[in-house]
Amino acid sequence: MTSPIAITIRVNGEPASRAVEPRLSLADFLRAEGYTGTHLGCEHGVCGACTVRVEGRTARGCLTLAIQCDGLEVETIEGATGNGRVADLQEAFIENNALQCGFCTPGMLLTADELLQDTLSPSRTEIREHLSGNYCRCTGYQSIVDAVEQVARKRAERS
Amino acid sequence: MKPTPFEYVRAGSLGEVLSVLEERGDEAKVLAGGQSLIPTMNMRFAAPEVLIDISNVAEFRGIEVRDDVLRIGAMCRHVEVLNAPEVAKHAPLIAMAMPSIAHATIRNRGTFGGSLCHADPAAELPACVLALDARFNIHGKTGPRSVCAQDFFLGTYMTCLADDEVLISVDVPTANPENVFFFDEVARRKGDYAIAGLASQATVRDGIIADARLVFFAVSEVAIRADRAELALQGVPLENIDAEAICGAIADTITPFDDLTTSSAAKLTMMQVLTRRALETFASQGVAV
Repeated sequence: MTSPIAITIRVNGEPASRAVEPRLSLADFLRAEGYTGTHLGCEHGVCGACTVRVEGRTARGCLTLAIQCDGLEVETIEGATGNGRVADLQEAFIENNALQCGFCTPGMLLTADELLQDTLSPSRTEIREHLSGNYCRCTGYQSIVDAVEQVARKRAERS
Repeated sequence: MKPTPFEYVRAGSLGEVLSVLEERGDEAKVLAGGQSLIPTMNMRFAAPEVLIDISNVAEFRGIEVRDDVLRIGAMCRHVEVLNAPEVAKHAPLIAMAMPSIAHATIRNRGTFGGSLCHADPAAELPACVLALDARFNIHGKTGPRSVCAQDFFLGTYMTCLADDEVLISVDVPTANPENVFFFDEVARRKGDYAIAGLASQATVRDGIIADARLVFFAVSEVAIRADRAELALQGVPLENIDAEAICGAIADTITPFDDLTTSSAAKLTMMQVLTRRALETFASQGVAV
């Protein structure tokens, strides 16, 4: 049926239930639920602004259908900010001028967060490769790599 | 940039996948990771009337080794394949290619079978399975069948899958100690579409190349074997590899297509550079074999 189907997605730990058309993207679902930190740029998987986590792994919100996530756990930048997990990344982004307009920032933060979760001390090349699917049209990337590298170093020192 | 309306079926079994495919024919598309299908639909290059989500069907999942075959389920996500110790051990060529497939976030969702069925000329995996002589396990209304990689790919975005068929898994012959592998591609950034790429496997016995496969991608409608160069390498001792002649054989037999950014001549040069790197790898790693 192309008519709406009732689904429930756990967003940042809270259930979000709604009837959706199958063609509704996860990103559009999240924005309609008020999670507007999920930004929609290119809508074909190139820019990375819509990055969220689905079942713990980053995913493109524009290349994932909301209906595919029925019954799954999704985390947005609001969730990762609320629980403080990306606080040090956010501070480092500000300190290093790693954002200007901020449109790419939620996607950058969640992608960098996943890298640092998987890799304790990534090289600059690894940071660049992991962030290569996220476009920034303001900074020229250098300062973003600086920020992620700084957080990686600080976290490694602490651990 | 929104897809046209469609129906969605979350299949609970292979039988359900096949019955929807049989009933709806070319109106239906199988949805695995959706990392190629959804953008195609968002841009309205494709407008299927029904999507069949196979992510919950057990037959499409899992990576396992049986005797001398590594079986990779069509629904295995790239990140699973990338991290699987069985793949690293038994199909090093695929493990070498994985980091070049799209970006990390796309690899979290995109699938092994989905990439093969999409049959993009610039995709890495079709070239790898051709180099490894893998077999495709397909199921349709008339039952299962198996085809070799060479017969699976028909053209750009075209495979031998009939409207009522679905790819279940791929069988890759496990690597043996005589095998040497090489994978590399030229791309503007890691994760971008390749401009030219090479997936290669050689079998080296007593310092002599018994067999070599050189498979190029992003240079023609489907991944292409450099037959004449492969033949010229057969029986050649590692210390006598004539890279100049092999590169010449490639230029004589393959005319790469132009794309939006790169001319045929430039692609040919890249193919020859990649070939030299592959031959150096054979010569250096083959000695230890």
